[in-house]
Amino acid sequence: MENLGLIFAPLFSYKLLIVLFFGTIFGLILGVLPGLGPTTGGALILPFTMTLDPLSAIVLLTAIYCAGTYGGAITAILINTPGTPAAAATCLDGYPLAQKGEAGRALGMATVSSVIGGIASVVVLIFFAPLLANLAYEFGQPEYFALAIFGLTMLASIGEGSPIKNLIAGAFGILISTVGKDFMTSIDRFTFGINELTEGIGFIPVVVGLFAISEMLTQSTLINQIFNRVALKAVKLPSIDDYKKTWKTIIRSSGIGSFIGVLPAEGGTVASLIGYAEAKRWSKKPEDFGKGSIEGIAGAEAANNAATGGAMVPTLALGIPGSATTAVILTGLIIHGVRPGPDLFREQPEFLYGIFGSMLIANILFFVLGFFGAKIFARITLVPNKLLWPMIFAVSVCGTYSLNQSIIDVWLMLLFGVIGFFMRRYGFSVVPVIIGLILGELVEGTLRQSLVIFDGNWLMFLQRPIALTFFVLSLIALSFPLIKRKK
Amino acid sequence: MNDVHNEKGTNKSLSLFFKSSFIVSAVIIVISSILLYFTFTFDIVPPILNRGIQPATFPKALLILIIALTLLTYFISLKKPWKNEKKLPNSFYITLLSFVVFITVSKFLDFFLGIALLSIIVSYFWGERRATYLIMVSIIFPLIVFVFFETILGLRFPPGIITNLYYG
Repeated sequence: MENLGLIFAPLFSYKLLIVLFFGTIFGLILGVLPGLGPTTGGALILPFTMTLDPLSAIVLLTAIYCAGTYGGAITAILINTPGTPAAAATCLDGYPLAQKGEAGRALGMATVSSVIGGIASVVVLIFFAPLLANLAYEFGQPEYFALAIFGLTMLASIGEGSPIKNLIAGAFGILISTVGKDFMTSIDRFTFGINELTEGIGFIPVVVGLFAISEMLTQSTLINQIFNRVALKAVKLPSIDDYKKTWKTIIRSSGIGSFIGVLPAEGGTVASLIGYAEAKRWSKKPEDFGKGSIEGIAGAEAANNAATGGAMVPTLALGIPGSATTAVILTGLIIHGVRPGPDLFREQPEFLYGIFGSMLIANILFFVLGFFGAKIFARITLVPNKLLWPMIFAVSVCGTYSLNQSIIDVWLMLLFGVIGFFMRRYGFSVVPVIIGLILGELVEGTLRQSLVIFDGNWLMFLQRPIALTFFVLSLIALSFPLIKRKK
Repeated sequence: MNDVHNEKGTNKSLSLFFKSSFIVSAVIIVISSILLYFTFTFDIVPPILNRGIQPATFPKALLILIIALTLLTYFISLKKPWKNEKKLPNSFYITLLSFVVFITVSKFLDFFLGIALLSIIVSYFWGERRATYLIMVSIIFPLIVFVFFETILGLRFPPGIITNLYYG
């Protein structure tokens, strides 16, 4: 806690403030555009961050994350299409309220609740990440293995869609991480004689393929879709009456979002759905939900933005991403030579607290930009897909090529784009693939090193109390969907 | 009567093979099985040097897990069928074809020519007919991207008939 003062450091760095400003604007644009969002945008911008120092790079990515999560609400309210999956629940009441001629009021509530949720989650991050990092000092290889397994099972059980399909997708992600030279023995695996594959499959081709290219293919099936846009005069701050109706919902959803965010899952998407459902359950007027309830907007928006700070907790403290976007941020950290985990908290507090401070500023910035600029950002959706997606394709191929200057990476990106399209078409989420890919090396590495420590005796895992706890939690997580189905 | 019943039964069982759940499960299982076969071709570490498990063991376990879970998903789908997906429109196949064009042109002619061709195909077949916009999206924008990556990131793109003009 002695480092708390470092939070204000970004305020005195003009360079970080400029990065924050552009990151927030870029995040808002990505959030507004349906099909893009902070994960794809973060992956696309990752190669550009190589021109920045590590702190500026991560500040840029986190600003995109915070602003992009909020930006989805603008399109959700005005055109009934969530800019990001996390804004899906916002459509339910945002659009009906906008249709009643109250788009400004709906956006005002979305902005205020997003900021409160976002700031509350950064406070959670500031206090819980160091605690979790301290706890992680006790972790050895077996504990990290058990933790990674717990992360993957949580992803399967509370992620969107079928838990079994999520597990298949997660296992596929881990399988991708096994391509290349085995790190312990240098034996080639799944390289098929292609030299470029000996280094393994990079994160960027997979992410850009699974998110951007698969979305391009999805958009190709929707070219005749027509959006009904609701006119927006100006964003209005919520009235005293609105605050009275929603303050409890905002606080509750901020808590829910922060908690869900900490769990490795689809962060904001799940958080907003639970936040919305809880807002309805506790409301005095649940019958208004789906017809333009201001509480519904507050419940969903506070929760999805609260998940941003929450998802950063395991990312920074343990190196385990809490969401797909934090997986991109984690990659950014690794590319810039920063290894997340307990040592980071001890050795580079100014770096970490710089990120915390920047996230706080990003929340305030998107409040200002969202409040005064929502009308302009909403106009970005007027760019037709027939022009937008070829441009995104150009940036995707160049960005993917740029990291390793490898044309194989571009082919892989296209391949994963096609795989991602069919996965989504048949109900497989692509997020577990990303998390599996990120955790793959950790899972295999810690398993094999643990077995070396245990002299091949698998039962020794059960003699480690922390590892055993994570295994039991994993079993509970796996049985949770079955219990839910029986109920 | 019996024959009619059998015929109906045969049609029903045949229709199972055309369900998306069957096709998707079959594709996953076939690909996983092929990959599983490849894991048996991985080099083996001699016992004296081996610490822990063999390099092939972990991927093998993953592939067996994927096959088992896919079978489980398929059997669940028999009770709770997947929702029927709409037929894919022509624009999807054209976009997919444009990827093939991009790969071929960028491999044999030029990386940026590939991007330009893909952009013009996608933009045109998605409904853009205005020449100015088609030029903007297929020539001007890729040029901006090229200059940006070349100058700011100092990137060198693969040689080709157009990029060679720039690199000299």
